[in-house]
Amino acid sequence: MTKRNLIDNISSKWMIVCLSFFLLLPVAIATGLVLKSEDLLSAHSLSDLIFSSDWSPSEGQFGFWPFILSSLWVTIIALIISMPLCLLAAIYLSQFAPKWVLEFMRPVIDILAGIPSVVYGVWGVLVVVPFVGETVAPFFNNESLGYSILAGALVLSVMSIPYILNMLLEVFRQVPIQLGEASLALGATKWETIKHVYVRKGATGILSAYGLGFSKALGETIAVMMVIGNVVQEPASVFDAGYPLPALIANNYGEMMSIPSYDSALMFGSLLLFVIILVINIVFRYLIYKSEEK
Amino acid sequence: MSNIITSTDINAALGNNAGNEVPIVNIRNLNVRSKSAHILKDINLIIPKNKITVLLGPSGCGKTTLLKCMNRLTDLYSELKLDGSIEIDGEDILSGKYDITQIRQKMGLVMQRPFPLPMSIYDNIAYGLKLKGVTNKAIIKEKVEKHLKEVALWDEVKDRLKTSAQRLSIGQQQRLCLARGLAVEPEIILADEPTSALDPISSRVIEEEFSNLKDDYTIILVTHILRQAKRLADFVVFMYYGEIVEYGPANEIFENPKTDILKEYLQVGH
Repeated sequence: MTKRNLIDNISSKWMIVCLSFFLLLPVAIATGLVLKSEDLLSAHSLSDLIFSSDWSPSEGQFGFWPFILSSLWVTIIALIISMPLCLLAAIYLSQFAPKWVLEFMRPVIDILAGIPSVVYGVWGVLVVVPFVGETVAPFFNNESLGYSILAGALVLSVMSIPYILNMLLEVFRQVPIQLGEASLALGATKWETIKHVYVRKGATGILSAYGLGFSKALGETIAVMMVIGNVVQEPASVFDAGYPLPALIANNYGEMMSIPSYDSALMFGSLLLFVIILVINIVFRYLIYKSEEK
Repeated sequence: MSNIITSTDINAALGNNAGNEVPIVNIRNLNVRSKSAHILKDINLIIPKNKITVLLGPSGCGKTTLLKCMNRLTDLYSELKLDGSIEIDGEDILSGKYDITQIRQKMGLVMQRPFPLPMSIYDNIAYGLKLKGVTNKAIIKEKVEKHLKEVALWDEVKDRLKTSAQRLSIGQQQRLCLARGLAVEPEIILADEPTSALDPISSRVIEEEFSNLKDDYTIILVTHILRQAKRLADFVVFMYYGEIVEYGPANEIFENPKTDILKEYLQVGH
């Protein structure tokens, strides 16, 4: 009896230990990043670092605005492309398609999700960049080389599709079939039922799928880095090259460390990414909370 | 089983015992099959207007499937194959000639558990009206009030019509679902064990509603609660393993069961 109680006691304790580890991890990362970027933060004002576009590390100028802009542009455009596609695909697969199509698509989606991002990057360089440079840009009378925000966004949108689609399928799977029956029985068509019942019932889940998709897309590094051009500038159109934050860090960390504060600047870049993701998560949490109220 | 009831028997039953009831639903030779099972076998059934017809029988005997055939919710289950005919007001709804959304609006469905739509109490009722093309807000408002009163829910919810229907108690939700079905002004109410998820008091309220509603509506009620059937039924259809075993006016079925299966069922009670 006592031994069983002891085990019971210990088992609940170690679960708390595991949980606190997960809770501490983001705090530890944030603290580490703040400490590491101390050097830069003490020499420059925060608003200068964030809103200045002057990036000349050798002269001690670290303006992150071009990187922040590139990151947001490429992520937002990618999601504008992939979010409606995923929503419609998930609705089709869960409501209209015969069962075998869904059964067939599940492993396909898993495979797509499992492809290493460098492979998407190579596909981007070989297919998407020439497509943007030779077809899309000339159509809009633009002389882009193809290495651009748009190329990055296209690659990123394809990459985020399996991720978001999987979550949306799960969302629609959880809407009880009787709810659909209730709507149909009132004389609604299938489309009306999907629009007013399924999407509304799934709103919370759809929002969290989008929120997670956003965070993940924002942090995607290799594939985007390979097609976006990596030029430090404020992109003026989607055909301009950009330089997102993750690419900045991945390209430069461990190099050019002789430049004073460079190491600290890259840490600050990571901190910025971390904060942006945090803010986006809070915004989506708020939207989810609002949608649950209804 | 050999004692399958044919439409002639039913006409005889109706003609002899029930006077000249006007049929509102006329089911002929209905068979429903899935890949592995023959769920409904040669169903012939006439359901008279403005009466409560109870589909009685043990779980899994096909009552719910029969109910779902009547508004073709069976369409949602691609593995089910239907043949035969179901005439509602003389239109064969299985023929595919008629607009299924309009056929469904002739019927209000109340399910085993309430499934309020993910919207406010008001919008739950207004939903079916809007589907019918009613756009005048004053009319919608008036009907929402009328049908909530019809199910004795108005006083409980009139101050919170704009709040989510999910927050109502389960008994209130079931009455809301009934009101939602009534709002499209159906001729028939299809009720699939509507009290099975409710506490005894809420069940009584729903039962009373049904008794009151039968002046204006034809009610087809699926239940396996014998006492409920006795309290409510004008006609009883006793089903067993996908077949109609006995059919007739309630007092006759309960007092003079002809088959052994029904006799045993009435004794054991479930």
